[in-house]
Amino acid sequence: MKAVLSIILKRLMVGCLTLFVVTIIIFGAIEMLPGDIATEVLGQAATEESLNAFREKYDLNRSLPERYLSWLGGAVTGDFGISLANQRPISELIGQRAANTFFLAGYAAAIAVPIAVVSGMLAALYNGSVFDRMLSSSTLAAISFPEFFIAYILILIFSVALGWFPSLANVDPGMGLGERLYLTFLPAMTLTLIVLAYMMRMTRAAILNLLALPYIEMAHLKGMKRWRVIAVHALPNALAPIINVIALNLAYLIVGVVLVEVVFVYPGLGQILVDAVSNRDVTVVQAACLIFAATYILLNLMADILSIIANPRLLHPR
Amino acid sequence: MTDLFHSLRDAPVSAWIGIVIVGIYTILAIGAPVLAPYPEAASIGSQYQPWAAPHYLGTDALGRDVMSRLIYGARNTVGIALLTTALAFAMGATLGLLAATLGGWFDAVSARVVDVLMAIPALIFALLILTITGTSVLALVLVIAVLDSTRVYRLSRAVAQGILTMDYIEVARMRGEGLWWLIRKEVLPNAAAPMIAEFGLRFCFVFLFISALSFLGLGIQPPTADWGGMVRESAKLIGFANFATWQTATFGLAPLLPAGAIALLTIGVNLIVDWVLHLSSGLRE
Repeated sequence: MKAVLSIILKRLMVGCLTLFVVTIIIFGAIEMLPGDIATEVLGQAATEESLNAFREKYDLNRSLPERYLSWLGGAVTGDFGISLANQRPISELIGQRAANTFFLAGYAAAIAVPIAVVSGMLAALYNGSVFDRMLSSSTLAAISFPEFFIAYILILIFSVALGWFPSLANVDPGMGLGERLYLTFLPAMTLTLIVLAYMMRMTRAAILNLLALPYIEMAHLKGMKRWRVIAVHALPNALAPIINVIALNLAYLIVGVVLVEVVFVYPGLGQILVDAVSNRDVTVVQAACLIFAATYILLNLMADILSIIANPRLLHPR
Repeated sequence: MTDLFHSLRDAPVSAWIGIVIVGIYTILAIGAPVLAPYPEAASIGSQYQPWAAPHYLGTDALGRDVMSRLIYGARNTVGIALLTTALAFAMGATLGLLAATLGGWFDAVSARVVDVLMAIPALIFALLILTITGTSVLALVLVIAVLDSTRVYRLSRAVAQGILTMDYIEVARMRGEGLWWLIRKEVLPNAAAPMIAEFGLRFCFVFLFISALSFLGLGIQPPTADWGGMVRESAKLIGFANFATWQTATFGLAPLLPAGAIALLTIGVNLIVDWVLHLSSGLRE
């Protein structure tokens, strides 16, 4: 038990350190912007007074480490400063949108994870069957198709031809859950299709690896029933790789959501990030990048820790 | 050379499909000025014409011939993706092979840097950097090449480390061969097969990545014909698709043409990569 704790603690420390370095990169990258932010935003013709007022407002007069610390302190408490483009507090701009993004990613995960795990297992059990071969060709499609291709095909079929679902997912905060789920069905389906094949393929590989091990063969030779071999002998050891697969794909979902949001004009964090990049609204880009990167790192960290905990070999003393 | 011929003859159907797809794209990309019936960016007729001669795939919102733009898009999008992948490979493979061969502090430092770069999702990192540099083709190529070289670095380092434990390396080292000789004559030839397959995979990734950024309006800028950008320009038309007649149906298919062009090329490259991987693993057994 002690060994597990020390491994987890070590992994946690590495994760926190990574997060810390990433905040430095996100903050520091913007500092490398050629020239002065104040002149960049206000233009060359700006007077000295307005430049000074701008610097005062965005806190540009203090030294770099001081500003980094106050930015980091604010970010931890949810205060990301003010947008350069429209002078509004960023937390106000992105609060609801971040919630929308997590809702969409969670929705997609809720559909994709059960399907992927069950069908991945089935594909491994019936290795080489028609079902298994269908699965590997669908993986090829999922790797090859750009996100927007899948999205537009779904729109063409389900929205334009059949008229079942709307092609724009314009949700607003006052909506009920049912309506929200209905409006965001097509974006969630798109995300599901993107990650589903990967997850199935990786689950299948994890289980196939296990089934090839000698102790599974031994169990079969003892005359044990097939389902008992899978459930009692294979599954505990397969749990760790499967958890890993799920968490990695959730991390991928969080990023894939950016494109899908733009296609469906969904009011999420990805959309605001893309707009901010094209307007060069530096402070908003920082905030959105930080949220995306932190979620990604935390999901990866969680994957590692869960798979350490789920590893039966580490839980029992030798 | 005869080996190549033999394995080509025995190649499975899927590999042949891949080769044909990639071949057609290559011809279109190289011969674009000859093959395209109209110029890349000139307005040559009224806007939104249906799929009929002389504009077999219609015209876009500015009256430009869609088929010509698709053909030029093969040249622009694929060309830039290929350049970026080559750059990523040059950087990643050099650093990876050096790290594995040199070891010591160089290995440790470069591995840490790559870990940190890979901790941030590539799309988010690229958006962050493009905010600073602004959107230009040069910035695009450099940013994606650097981000992608981290993956190449990991693979080439792992492959080289595997090779470096072999006895013939020990022998060469004892003979007193230099670093470059080791990399060039012993490591590279043995690492070739996995690296070629990786080049195909990385190309697909870079190609999809550039298309995605262009689709977001942050990649290759108009009026240069580019598939991701063409999807973006024609995206709204899909809502007006109407399957009552052929004419109205083709109208809504406009964004699917460039998106499909992207998908088809990626499938082709993936089919070839699968075959190369199969071939190299089969030879080793």
